[in-house]
Amino acid sequence: MTPLLQVILVVLGAPLLVGMMRQVRARLEGRAGAGVLQPWRDLRKLVRKQPITPDGTGWVFRMAPLVLAATALVAAAAVPLVSTESMAGVSDLFAVVALLALGSVTLALGGLDTGTAFGGMGASREMTVLALVEPTILVSVFALSVRADSTDLGAIVGYTAEQPLTVVSPVSLLAAAALAIVTIAETGRIPVDNPATHLELTMIHEAMILEYAGPDLALIEWASAARLSVLLGLLASLFAPWGIVTAGAGVVAVLVAMVVLVVKVAVLGALLAAGEVFMAKLRLFRIPELLAGSFVMALLAVAASFFLA
Amino acid sequence: MTGSLFVAALAVCVVTTVAALVVPSWLRSAVTGWGTAGGGALGVAAGASTLAGGRWAAWLPEVLPLAGVRLSLDPLGGVFVAVTGGVAVCAGIYAVGYARESGRVVQATLPLFVASMLLVPAAATVSTLLVGWELMALTSLLLVLAEHAHRAEVGRAGLWYAVMTHLGFVAILAGLAFFAAGAGGEAFDQLRGATLSPAARNVVFLATLAGFASKAGIVPLHVWLPRAHPEAPSHVSALMSAAMVNLGVYGIARVGLDLLGGGPQWWWLVVLGVGALSALFGILQAAVSTDLKRLLGYSTTENMGLVLVGVGAAGFFGPGSALAALALTAAVLHVVNHAGFKTLLFLSAGSVLRATGTRDLDALGGLRSRMPYTTVLFAIGALCASALPPGNGFVSEWLLLQSLIHALPSSGVAGAITMPLAVGVIALSAGLAVATFVKAFGVGFLARPRGSGAESATESPPSMLAGMGTAAACCALLALAPAAVLPGLSAILPGAPAVSGQVALRLNGVLGTISPVLIAGSLVLAVAALLAVLRLISTRRVRRAARLWDCGAGPMSARMEYTATSFAEPLQRVFDDVLAPESDVDVTPVRESAYLVERVRFQARIPDRIEHRLYEPVLAGLKAVGRSARVLANGSVHRYLAYGFYALTGALIVLAVLR
Repeated sequence: MTPLLQVILVVLGAPLLVGMMRQVRARLEGRAGAGVLQPWRDLRKLVRKQPITPDGTGWVFRMAPLVLAATALVAAAAVPLVSTESMAGVSDLFAVVALLALGSVTLALGGLDTGTAFGGMGASREMTVLALVEPTILVSVFALSVRADSTDLGAIVGYTAEQPLTVVSPVSLLAAAALAIVTIAETGRIPVDNPATHLELTMIHEAMILEYAGPDLALIEWASAARLSVLLGLLASLFAPWGIVTAGAGVVAVLVAMVVLVVKVAVLGALLAAGEVFMAKLRLFRIPELLAGSFVMALLAVAASFFLA
Repeated sequence: MTGSLFVAALAVCVVTTVAALVVPSWLRSAVTGWGTAGGGALGVAAGASTLAGGRWAAWLPEVLPLAGVRLSLDPLGGVFVAVTGGVAVCAGIYAVGYARESGRVVQATLPLFVASMLLVPAAATVSTLLVGWELMALTSLLLVLAEHAHRAEVGRAGLWYAVMTHLGFVAILAGLAFFAAGAGGEAFDQLRGATLSPAARNVVFLATLAGFASKAGIVPLHVWLPRAHPEAPSHVSALMSAAMVNLGVYGIARVGLDLLGGGPQWWWLVVLGVGALSALFGILQAAVSTDLKRLLGYSTTENMGLVLVGVGAAGFFGPGSALAALALTAAVLHVVNHAGFKTLLFLSAGSVLRATGTRDLDALGGLRSRMPYTTVLFAIGALCASALPPGNGFVSEWLLLQSLIHALPSSGVAGAITMPLAVGVIALSAGLAVATFVKAFGVGFLARPRGSGAESATESPPSMLAGMGTAAACCALLALAPAAVLPGLSAILPGAPAVSGQVALRLNGVLGTISPVLIAGSLVLAVAALLAVLRLISTRRVRRAARLWDCGAGPMSARMEYTATSFAEPLQRVFDDVLAPESDVDVTPVRESAYLVERVRFQARIPDRIEHRLYEPVLAGLKAVGRSARVLANGSVHRYLAYGFYALTGALIVLAVLR
């Protein structure tokens, strides 16, 4: 039951998270901001528009938003956000990472299918970042899985919830830092990509989706928000699993867990948005250095899990 | 039953060879194609019945003088027989339509090549193995050279292949001969019972490792692979890349794990190390390659590297442990998966080559509407090769990662350092594989055509599509129901199977569950739900065509598209130090003034660095030695007589001193 609840929560809450983050940024920059509900208003507007097929595009271009959104939905169901009771066989961390990568891949193909320089440029950059992010994710997963002896997310989160002191161990802290950096890279936030820019020299994500309009764009915008909320929720569950329920919990406990999850993700989102105000986007070819740094942290986390155990 | 199937497979191949030589040319490709496919199908049946528990051994003393031929089928050999057979089925059906223009000898060699590949994993003596190995090398060399009259590079590729494969053969011959001399017999049963000194075992292992690794395309012995595989006709490329290279892995597993019965941990760390190096180097070269078949060739090096990581891990954990069983199962499953998707990809690349006349990704594009079936089939292959769910590559890489991850607590300091690095290498190669195949599919098939060949492309004939479709169906089966083949694969090792379960695969001995069907099913469900919701809430459903955003500068031409080179440019810059790309700018001024430029020529190229640094100095040195040796033979008879006199005198002096 809880996977379905998580999906509903992410479907409804993801645009609000983005709206909240934009609002935090606006206030810190001294602007009034458009309000937390603005992303939902944008989605409503986009869905009402006529779908468009740009000249020379084909089925890959049309399928990409659907597959991207579908991977986000499945990830939202598989990741333990509210409860450690998860979809066995899908909630494996490698599977979730690979699912999210599948979403990026289809979007990159959609960008290439347009045959414009923008689409190709965005796709090429996105794939470069994806390739470099992968080692960090998998090695930090390795570090976290050693304790629970499983890469199943439910098992890892359940173990941490039972042994809260492990959160402050070097393994957890290093892995948390590494995963935070790759979350930023995966979701295209500053300093890796700027979701608010349309300047061709710096675009990654926005360049890929430049040709999308109407309901297609609505799907992509929603999916991006959902990926961000799932990854932030995952970070919260992995490193602050308090409040999360185990299998067979009552209705009240589940409701409390949902509220706690919303608070945790909101706090993380606000921190991320506040951090972005004080930072500039990195040059594209400085990003590998950042990711290499995060890989070293992940490797240290694994080393710590063996030598300090 | 097992034996008769296997003998029938060999017989069908040999009969097909003879038939191909005699039937008229209009019938030839159909006879060789269907004959090869039939032989392959019997090979699959023989392999499957071996894995189901059938055993077979035969002793044919009169076939080969002195040694005779001894054959036997056990599960380890059976897997490779079945994989070879499966690839042969797809390549055979494909060849019916593809190889119509090929010559008589080339077509007749194809079934013989398949027969030799079936023979190698069934060999039960050193001499039988070596004869099969050499037969395989010669037939494949003939097939690589099939188009030598049309393109000059084919000859060069053939030369590289011939030299490398024979150097490898010498290494295997030396290693196994030494082994057999120490064991007092050349039958595998005698080798198994042999007691050799540790130093002798090291020599045997390292010599055979070098020989077999060169066949598997493992760095630094891979240089022939990205040359020979692209230049061969595409169905031959598929057979070489999906079936022949596997036999290198078979050799390492047979000698190291079976005949030598495991060994010190450093052996397997070496195997793991070269595997990891190959995986990274191979996929990095593939990521920046713009030749579609060369890209696939480098990807073969990558995948064989991943397989060797699994084999190395299995040897490292030691026989009998649950992790070793898991690692070996993952490696063998990856061999099977790789055979499936690489067959599909090479056959699709052949379909593109037939239709457009080019392998250069920078000149392709827009095939989506012109070759719809090939596009979909290549997309399936690319999904499997990039190890993303719901492809089959994902399942075996997941198993491999699980075996490495669970090793940490129990494998000591060497394991604690090796395993995380191996996981990092696998992850990076998986990430780069994603980028590589997005490039191959996105640039090669989507958007608008970049060259005239791609513009006038037409779909391939049904027999080629049927060959590709068979491979795609195998990939889909392996991706969604790996449980159909896993019990067979676990027959290789004694004891409980490493992976069990039907819908969800459960690991034995360690925690871990994955369900490929559930992942694929929930994705389909999610797409359906999204479509339904969109239909419900969107008010205007008719799609409207619109111009692409061209910054207001008029319609875009195909020259403005991103190419494979530009797609890989960021990766090339990131890995600049490893790849060492070369670029050449040549400015020609007009005759009147040095300041007015008439023409600028820019050339960029990414050479294989290992070839550049390791092989070219050796080749240059050999050439220099040859050239200086020419001075000795200047045609003067007096001088030759003098050589004879001095040599005789020298020999006599040596003898006098020694006696």
